[in-house]
Amino acid sequence: MRFVFKTSYTQDLGLFRDDVQRNCYVVLLAGLVVLPWLIPNYLVDMSLVLIYAIGGLSLMVLAGYTGLVSLGHAAFLGIGAYAHVYFAQSLGLPWLVALALAVVLTAAAGVLVGLPALRMTGVYLTIATLAFALIIQEVFTRWDRVTGGLKGRAVDKPVILGVALAHDAAFYFLCLAVLIGGLWLTSNVLRSPTGRAWIAIRDSEIAAQSLGVNLAVYKTMAFAYSAALMGVAGALFAHKVGFLAPDIFSVLLSIQLLLMVVVGGLGSLHGAVFGAVFVALLPVAISQARDVLPAWIGGAAGVLGPQAGTAVFLGVDRFVKQPGLEPGIFGLILVLFILFEPLGVYGRWLKLRLFFSTFPLYKRATFRRQKSYMRSERLR
Amino acid sequence: MTFFKADGLSINFGGIRALDAVSFDVEAGQIFTIIGPNGAGKTTIFNLVSRIYDPLQGRLIFRDEEITRVAPHEIARRGIARTFQNLELFEHATVLHNLLLGRHAHKRSRFVEELLFLPRVRALELEHREAVETVIDFLDLQPYRDSLIANLPYGVRKVVEMARALCTQPTLLLLDEPSSGLSVEETDDMAFWIQDIRTLLGITVLMVEHDMRLVTAVSDRVLALNYGRPIALGTPREVQEHPEVVKAYLGG
Repeated sequence: MRFVFKTSYTQDLGLFRDDVQRNCYVVLLAGLVVLPWLIPNYLVDMSLVLIYAIGGLSLMVLAGYTGLVSLGHAAFLGIGAYAHVYFAQSLGLPWLVALALAVVLTAAAGVLVGLPALRMTGVYLTIATLAFALIIQEVFTRWDRVTGGLKGRAVDKPVILGVALAHDAAFYFLCLAVLIGGLWLTSNVLRSPTGRAWIAIRDSEIAAQSLGVNLAVYKTMAFAYSAALMGVAGALFAHKVGFLAPDIFSVLLSIQLLLMVVVGGLGSLHGAVFGAVFVALLPVAISQARDVLPAWIGGAAGVLGPQAGTAVFLGVDRFVKQPGLEPGIFGLILVLFILFEPLGVYGRWLKLRLFFSTFPLYKRATFRRQKSYMRSERLR
Repeated sequence: MTFFKADGLSINFGGIRALDAVSFDVEAGQIFTIIGPNGAGKTTIFNLVSRIYDPLQGRLIFRDEEITRVAPHEIARRGIARTFQNLELFEHATVLHNLLLGRHAHKRSRFVEELLFLPRVRALELEHREAVETVIDFLDLQPYRDSLIANLPYGVRKVVEMARALCTQPTLLLLDEPSSGLSVEETDDMAFWIQDIRTLLGITVLMVEHDMRLVTAVSDRVLALNYGRPIALGTPREVQEHPEVVKAYLGG
């Protein structure tokens, strides 16, 4: 168990708890940098993890830190994607300018959604954002001139400052750089008064207000910032998928984004990244399992006799090739997380870390929370 | 100068008149207590002052300015801080974070500066931290700085909430039942702290309280309410012996 000995207030202002933690992140970063040479075949999937992590960051700010749960974030992803492609390809603007404009536009959309959201709380807000997402998807379908409508729209490889990022590895590094930038900006805001005000709104609006937090302003800011991050993710997402069609930005994608922050662990930036790894890699893992699992289990059952082995092989093979297996597993995992680990993957990670750092003195009760019955009546 | 004045406050909840023409003055440096049976409208007065409710009639004057129609988040900036009867702490944050939020009314950094965490933001944060540390020292909260609120016992949370209110550097502090849920010893500590807040920090205290021992020990003036109507106003002894008050509490 490490204890941080604090001798100065500036220690609490740092991005990292101490040097050990910083070094861990440096090692992690080094690992991510050499990754393209280690697993060249999975680079596209890794880019998706990074893009999802940016999206997770966006939703984490809104749902995890400000307590505003949105089921409409696929719309912001879509607005970012279409706007970026429109500015870059139809108007021929430089890549960075197109990205900046797309982000501004998405942030503006965030403000537009945020304004009516000020009067709504909880599930009503969620439904309103869902409605927004459905409307925007319809706009994507109908606004042929900009979005290409149902025919869709091809996306070129990014060309930044004259450098074409044709190779998968180049795009991977672009995504990595953007994610690190996003993480840096977000943690900066979270250690500043604005981030604290968001957390205050999440935990008690009434107390936040009585301490001088203007609820309308800070909720709108959270929406705008979250939407802006999603806009960046959208622009990268457009390049990743290479072809934009309205049906990509469906409610299912919104649900997947929300699933990401819930499974990752609400209220931590780690959670956003863990969730992204989970949501982006689970389909890959499932498709891998599809290929190898029947043979493995069939082989294991083979010890009972060759006929049993074949029968088990065929059974498992038929099961894993069922359509709809993926959403089923997603749903199952979500339910299991909510039941057994409300803190998400990040919570599990904390427990694991504590287990090893205090071994053999780990107590399960460390993470047990006292139920609180004393909450003053909500005034609305 | 009028420090704080409530003038003919009335409010209805549905068909119930929760407050009926309540008027009182608080002088700077006083400890002013509002007592009354449950449902008398004590907390409603607090919610009117912190602008959570709009009064039907009446005015609130604070330091010669009318605050009856000021936005709720403006109240802290004007120098009024409050605590809540059943605690409204930010449960999933540390004590330090809660107290730093008490500094929100003094926020001077802009969003763009915060995004980049410019040196100015850092300097301002250190300034806030120092103000918070003064309050931590004042209320002996040093051992709890980094604990999550959710892990703290009730008595400590109560102190943390008072500390958070003090971090806004108010001139008027509203305490909503500071002793509720506290043990006898903790209530005694609370009495000392309330007196210290007045004498050492020079903050005027307006409080709602049930514990008559605490009320008698610290209050300069007491207002008794019953069914939203003021029934007695004076020193603790005068109010306690007032026949209407005795009737309100004991019946008959």
